[in-house]
Amino acid sequence: MNAIAPVGVSAAAFLNRYTGGDGNATRAQAADLLRKTGLPRSGVEAWKYTSLRTLADIPFAGAPVQADEAAVDTLLADAVRAYDLDADLPRAVMVNGRFAPDLSRLPDGVSVTRFAAGADLTAHDDVASALNALLAEDGLTLTVASGVDAGRMVLLSVVVAPDGVALSVHPRHRIVLGAGARLSVLDLSVGRGDYLNNPVLDVAVAKGGHLIHAKLQTEDPAARHLAVVHAEVGADASYDSFTLTLGAALARHEVHARLNAEGGIVHVNGAQLLDGRQIADLTSVITHAAPSCNSRQTVKNVLAGHARGVFQGKILVERVAQKTDGYQMNQALLLSDHAEIDAKPELEIYADDVRCSHGATVGALDADQLFYLRSRGVAGEEARAILVKAFLHDAVELMGDEALRAVLNRAVETWWTRKDA
Amino acid sequence: MPAIAETRDAVESLGQSTYKWGFETEIEMDMAPKGLTEDTIRLISHRKQEPEWLLEWRLKAFQAWLGMTEPSWAKVSHPPIDFQDAHYYAAPKKKAGPKSLEEVDPELLRTYEKLGIPLHEQALLAGVELPEGEVARPPVAVDAVFDSVSVVTTFRETLAKAGVIFCPISEAVREHPELVRRYLGSVVPVADNFYAALNSAVFTDGSFVYVPKGVRCPMELSTYFRINARNTGQFERTLIVVEDGASVSYLEGCTAPMRDENQLHAAVVELVAMDDASIKYSTVQNWYPGDEQGRGGIYNFVTKRGACRGDRSKISWTQVETGSAITWKYPSCILQGDGAVGEFYSVAVTNNHQQADTGTKMIHLGRNTRSTIIAKTISAGHSDSTYRGLVRMMPKAAGARNFTQCDSLLIGDQCGAHTVPYIESRNLSAKIEHEATTSKISEDQLFYCRQRGLSEEDAVGLIVNGFCKDVLKELPMEFAVEAQKLLQISLEGSVG
Repeated sequence: MNAIAPVGVSAAAFLNRYTGGDGNATRAQAADLLRKTGLPRSGVEAWKYTSLRTLADIPFAGAPVQADEAAVDTLLADAVRAYDLDADLPRAVMVNGRFAPDLSRLPDGVSVTRFAAGADLTAHDDVASALNALLAEDGLTLTVASGVDAGRMVLLSVVVAPDGVALSVHPRHRIVLGAGARLSVLDLSVGRGDYLNNPVLDVAVAKGGHLIHAKLQTEDPAARHLAVVHAEVGADASYDSFTLTLGAALARHEVHARLNAEGGIVHVNGAQLLDGRQIADLTSVITHAAPSCNSRQTVKNVLAGHARGVFQGKILVERVAQKTDGYQMNQALLLSDHAEIDAKPELEIYADDVRCSHGATVGALDADQLFYLRSRGVAGEEARAILVKAFLHDAVELMGDEALRAVLNRAVETWWTRKDA
Repeated sequence: MPAIAETRDAVESLGQSTYKWGFETEIEMDMAPKGLTEDTIRLISHRKQEPEWLLEWRLKAFQAWLGMTEPSWAKVSHPPIDFQDAHYYAAPKKKAGPKSLEEVDPELLRTYEKLGIPLHEQALLAGVELPEGEVARPPVAVDAVFDSVSVVTTFRETLAKAGVIFCPISEAVREHPELVRRYLGSVVPVADNFYAALNSAVFTDGSFVYVPKGVRCPMELSTYFRINARNTGQFERTLIVVEDGASVSYLEGCTAPMRDENQLHAAVVELVAMDDASIKYSTVQNWYPGDEQGRGGIYNFVTKRGACRGDRSKISWTQVETGSAITWKYPSCILQGDGAVGEFYSVAVTNNHQQADTGTKMIHLGRNTRSTIIAKTISAGHSDSTYRGLVRMMPKAAGARNFTQCDSLLIGDQCGAHTVPYIESRNLSAKIEHEATTSKISEDQLFYCRQRGLSEEDAVGLIVNGFCKDVLKELPMEFAVEAQKLLQISLEGSVG
């Protein structure tokens, strides 16, 4: 899938922490891959616009089991307040990459089990997943039984790095939905200090199941976030995702979604709102491996300051996947003369009876629209805010869960206010 | 015609090869031994009586090439190429070098006659009756390149009167060294990429065009490339320089004999347009594509790039790509001058086991630069066709604009069509729009045509021509007719 040429930078900082002691084959395989290819820098096609060169020189350490409790509490309280989260909403909390049962309120209808390396470490061939496989220590498997509607829950990651220490955490999660099961997950990450968060999520949705995955990434501005989702979608099932990226100095959210049986639906929507010197990358590969499936993707980038947004989206239609309906739209709004967008929307099609299209636009705020608003007495900054939110609206609107959509909208609002301040 | 007879004819025509340019010309050749070393390059340079600076330039390219690896990012696959197993110089043996057409080997002239390339300068007279079946065409100046060397260039005197230089590049090196030295490699540097470096080291001939200030070239210029000899690669080099306010329209065509082995064609084309200059470069690429099983055919690995150096300059690429076993080609525009315009119109058709990875690069440097990309991709049989294009807005490209449209059509369920655009913007006021679609021929359109009595093949031909209309209308008239026929022939056997 991601051809990896051996042109990367050394992954020694991570490999040194791998002892090989537990004899896990997937870990050993991941170590081999990282030894061979290193961490990608630009020049590797799958990482053309995002280099992990800066990670090579940081002496990341494993996270301590005990994090600064006061800091964790503050971060949790801030998140609840900022996004107006329902106090009763069930949640599973990870602190520094380890499950924190005391802070969690587990939902009914979802069986939550801890990560066990031997059973849960699925092998994948991308670099970020390999890095996770190498060092994963904990994670959760959320299982919803057939026919159960498990409602809504929060999967919350908190990372607190002690002053002067760079941490790296590599949680490995799994969400499994039985036939006809339903679940909405708000996947929220917050943190403080210098760290790398490298979560990998394996998703399997069985026939007729329906998973909504709303991700809100608000890591510390100094942090790095390297996430991968691997989703397998069954017949008439759906994986409906939205990823809102606001935080981290360097972020990449990578999705590999595979439509395995007829009638499956995948949505990989998202928005990246960036400022300062942030770099964020949304990369997705949607594979149609069965006939009559449907994939939709709308991705927006709003880029201020010296920020750089990256979008790489591939729709792969295999020979068997006749009657595929694929659509992809990515749009970028540049708010500053120093911002940059790099986009690579890609169609790879081997079946003839398909309808696939993609569109891309890049530009600034429309001067006519600004003039229209200003001529009606809406001041400059406010007019800009209205237009940016309108630009984001048709992406956020696609989030199927109303309450989670409200959370995303509040996050957009927060970003705009903070950006002004 | 009775239905049965028609069916029989149709079937028979499918049985035989549809590549009518596949003959081979028996002609005495002067060849360099197989292999590529510094000595080969010295030999080429010596044979062509080149000045010292050009030999050094070639050797520099060769040194760079030795340190490079073949690009692997394109969506094409082929067995490794043994670069030592080919002749890098092949020229028809000649006595003293033809001064006029009468001195050219008649076997060569017959070759070009068979190809339908007019090498005799026929004056176009009003009211002169043409033989039946012949269409009056405006005169076109032709530079015919046979394997490694240019055999004849027509209409040179007429062009010279207008101040236009149109000659083989090897001659330009001797006659106009200051121009060649100034511009050669200025758009595609010697170490630009693997195949461009190889070309720079071993290029043997090609065309040189220079249009001075304010001159509108009085006729279409054309180069016709023909690979004939076995085990040779063809490495031609074209350089077109158009000064302030001048303009030229240039056509390029190519064919090769049918052979079971693959042959390499690695050309470099450089265009330079100064203030208000305009270059229109049209290609109908019809190298031998290999047979139905994918045996043989040309590897067409070409670097084409134009620099819009002047303000308001314009470079327009139009290509119809039907031939070659593998095409790897990205005609590009570097839009340096303010208000410069770049255009790329492309039809790429693949059938049987052909592979094409083609597209363009539009690099916007100047203010208010504009580019348009229209790419139509048609895949049939077991072929794979990829559009790969880059649009890059640099920080100073204020007010720049790009529009891109890529459409792919799939005929049959064993082929593939891919779209890989790269979109990069570093300027707030630059605007980029890109759209792409992939679909098959609509059942409704087919039904409509069939219902009105068209055979399935004709119906597909008609629909495909309609699909490509936006590009074909950019071609000079006589080329457009040829291209339409070519499309039909390329897709023969792909339906029904």
